[in-house]
Amino acid sequence: MSKLIEQPRYSCALGVQQSVIAIPRTVPVVHAGPGCSTKIHGFLGQGEGYAGGSTIPCTNASEAEIVFGGEGKLRSVIDGAFKVIDADLYVVLTGCTSDIVGDDVGQVTRDYQDLGKPLVYVETGGFKSNNYVSHDHVIKAIVEQYVDKFAEGRGVIPGLVNLLATVPYQDPYWIGNLQELKRLLTGIGLQVNVLFGPESEGISEWLSIPQAQFNIVVSAWPGLRSAELLERKYGTPYYHFPYLPVGGIETGRFLREVTGFGALDQDSAEAFIRSEERKFYAHIERTADFMLEFRYGLPRVFYTMLDATYAVGFAKYLLNELGILPAETQYVVDQTPEEYRGRIADQFRHISERRSAAVEFVEDGGAIQEAIRANKPKQRALLLGSGWERDLARELGADLLPVSVPITYRLILNCGYAGYQGGLRLIEDIYDRVLDTYR
Amino acid sequence: MGKVNINSAEVTVRELRLGSITGFAGTAAELVGCSNSGGLKDSSRSFSQCMGCSSGNAFCQLSMIQDAAMVNHAPVGCAGDFFGYNFVYRVGQMERELPPVIGRYFNTNLDEMDTVFGGSRKLEATIKLAYERVKPAAIFVTTSCASGIIGDDVEAVTNKLTAELGIPVVSCFCEGFKSKIWTSGFDSAYHSIVRKIVKPPEQKSNRVNIINFWGSDVFSRLLNRLGYEADYIVPFSTVAQLERISEAAATIQICPTLGTYLGAALEQVYGVPEIKAPVAYGLAGTDAWMRELGRVLGREQEIEEIIAEEKAAVLPKLAEYKAKLAGVTCYLTAGSAHGHALIALLRELGIEVQGAAIFHHDPVYDNGDPASDMLEHTVKTYGDVPNYNVCNKQAYELANILNRVQPDLMIARHGGMTHWGAKLGIPTLLIGDEHFSWGYQGLLNYAERILETLDNREFVTNLAKHSIIPYTKWWMEQDPYTFLGGHVHVQTY
Repeated sequence: MSKLIEQPRYSCALGVQQSVIAIPRTVPVVHAGPGCSTKIHGFLGQGEGYAGGSTIPCTNASEAEIVFGGEGKLRSVIDGAFKVIDADLYVVLTGCTSDIVGDDVGQVTRDYQDLGKPLVYVETGGFKSNNYVSHDHVIKAIVEQYVDKFAEGRGVIPGLVNLLATVPYQDPYWIGNLQELKRLLTGIGLQVNVLFGPESEGISEWLSIPQAQFNIVVSAWPGLRSAELLERKYGTPYYHFPYLPVGGIETGRFLREVTGFGALDQDSAEAFIRSEERKFYAHIERTADFMLEFRYGLPRVFYTMLDATYAVGFAKYLLNELGILPAETQYVVDQTPEEYRGRIADQFRHISERRSAAVEFVEDGGAIQEAIRANKPKQRALLLGSGWERDLARELGADLLPVSVPITYRLILNCGYAGYQGGLRLIEDIYDRVLDTYR
Repeated sequence: MGKVNINSAEVTVRELRLGSITGFAGTAAELVGCSNSGGLKDSSRSFSQCMGCSSGNAFCQLSMIQDAAMVNHAPVGCAGDFFGYNFVYRVGQMERELPPVIGRYFNTNLDEMDTVFGGSRKLEATIKLAYERVKPAAIFVTTSCASGIIGDDVEAVTNKLTAELGIPVVSCFCEGFKSKIWTSGFDSAYHSIVRKIVKPPEQKSNRVNIINFWGSDVFSRLLNRLGYEADYIVPFSTVAQLERISEAAATIQICPTLGTYLGAALEQVYGVPEIKAPVAYGLAGTDAWMRELGRVLGREQEIEEIIAEEKAAVLPKLAEYKAKLAGVTCYLTAGSAHGHALIALLRELGIEVQGAAIFHHDPVYDNGDPASDMLEHTVKTYGDVPNYNVCNKQAYELANILNRVQPDLMIARHGGMTHWGAKLGIPTLLIGDEHFSWGYQGLLNYAERILETLDNREFVTNLAKHSIIPYTKWWMEQDPYTFLGGHVHVQTY
């Protein structure tokens, strides 16, 4: 049974509307109550994108749709959406109202699909799961209901990969992360479908999904279901890197493993990695004196209160490359399904060759804050959390970098923390905050 | 419109209580005519975009009571507005020089099992935990579509815990699907306060309730001079303060769309007189409002002096602004009564209002007094407004109309609307503080901001060059009201 939440850090199943609007020229058609879309946008979005925010078609279910069913209203709004919104793909997402009263949205959608319309549906009634889980449901729906029908290309394209790496908007840095991961994978000789965001070609990329040589999952668990699906359907193997690769060590490991998995040209991949490492470590070396000599106080212990992908990735980087130590307990806030928890705990157990940290899986941010307050750090601390941690940070005299939603205190365009560039950016952002505390 | 009934757990939604509508295309005078003759019909849209819902509006009023905690009985997505309101709360703390405090908001995180077996036990556990963590003076419980449809007996749970915890635990029924008019959520919040928090008066005070959001303090100066004190409710008040609002000398509403229910409830249940007049935007509106305030507070003489003083200070400057703004055209989108007020204000400045998209229309307020009808006041004072559209945030209609009308200026009162102006290269202004344009001085404040906006063309011109409009070419060429139709009489839905 799910538990109560103070200070939510993710959304409900319908929150995945943000994944839909992240696909270029794709629009959600929300079959839900009148406020859902707006709340989700307000919580996860920074900017409307192409057809998000106030543009999202919605049935705005009222009492009549609860009592008499909402299929008629849905048809009417779908009809209008095709006429009014200029898009390549339309994705019907249901809300609590529709899923509880039991509208046959599948049948409504099939009627349009039979006419050859680019329309798919997903049941995303808020109570069913959260947006980490439903992200895979949306990918599945598009693959099964759209790609299978419209894809014309046949046969594997050598070097083509699908990248499943981030839940757009739930990961505030999704655009920057995809940008860097695409740059890196292109650097070792791959052609990358990133599927979401400005680095994606949009629907033509989705149509080539079945032709990938292999798939790459960069995530603790969201995205894995999609990779498994694509393996079952098309026999596409997948490589899984279970956290965000940040900085020199982990990005190098990631790229070398991908090179091996895909049997890519070792020499040219290695040349690329070496060139990237040289540039990356030039910066680290250049600033080592600052990290070692700045005598007025730098954070020496960190707390992650992040989703599993970020928590592990940041923890490894901060410890191994910046020398900031993990607090005894780290927190993972994404309601990680039971089956994946062991592996994540294991990552924390082996955070470096000689150090481990405990991890707790807690969705209730209020409980995490109480636990940290009850066991205050002795050293200056770095909180990797969300906007909810402002007062906690002040109380502890800690430095706060909001990484998780709600991210309100930062405006994010293409800032990302993945890869070499992300690692450097993270250093800038952390020490920018630290230095800014001095008068 | 019936009498306020504080024995009922729920307040009836606006559609049924006031006959409010969300769809109309015509002129402002036509709408006023229909409203007054009882011939108002609602129109539904066969295509629609996402709006807002009552639960958010209820939450915005209850969540900034300084010593209360909130429990939202819903799946976690409904808590998507927690942080936004927490942010507003904290900005308000800065403005009021209060210490930084986080909003204590809890969500019951309803899941699939709960929709089968009910969520009452979870609600109870959440309320208890909220009490343990926060030790608040009251806990408000807002409901959701999910909790409403599965039929959890929220009132029974809150009554039980009120007895158990010894503080008011108050349910606020604001399921999104129940009303097409999200401002029904204000009524739900106020109903919770009046029926469970407010106590019968023991003595009359010299305080005046000001039902507002979280605007700047523009009333103290005026009220202090009259021998009264301003009591801003509901955000930033305390539970103890709310218990005593029944003792106030009067209630002021900065916007009857917001405060219609609370103003009427305090008058009907506890005899606190409500200032029933147009709101004080524009000269005529401000004159009428000031005089009514003077009458209710027994300060007619003093009010006349203040009116004379303030006008003497403002009128010469107003004439200067009017000269600068002559010939400027404007299109407006805003909530109901505040939209009417802004039309008055713009017309007072000599700006031509080419049309308006107003989120809903209440043909009457809970006080039943036609003097409070701001749209009627505006039409009578300044003449008719063409292209008057009652439209609950339907951006596709707005984009279409703006493209047609091409005003010099667009004014929006709510988020999610401004970029439609800017993307078309139209300078666009959003002012969050409702009090900014209040009264005589408000005219000057607003005029200054308009001139600044009109002068700031570089950004929108460049943005328009690089913007892609997601609407089809077909749509931009259609009549903006193509999808509006299927007249439904307000009594029947």
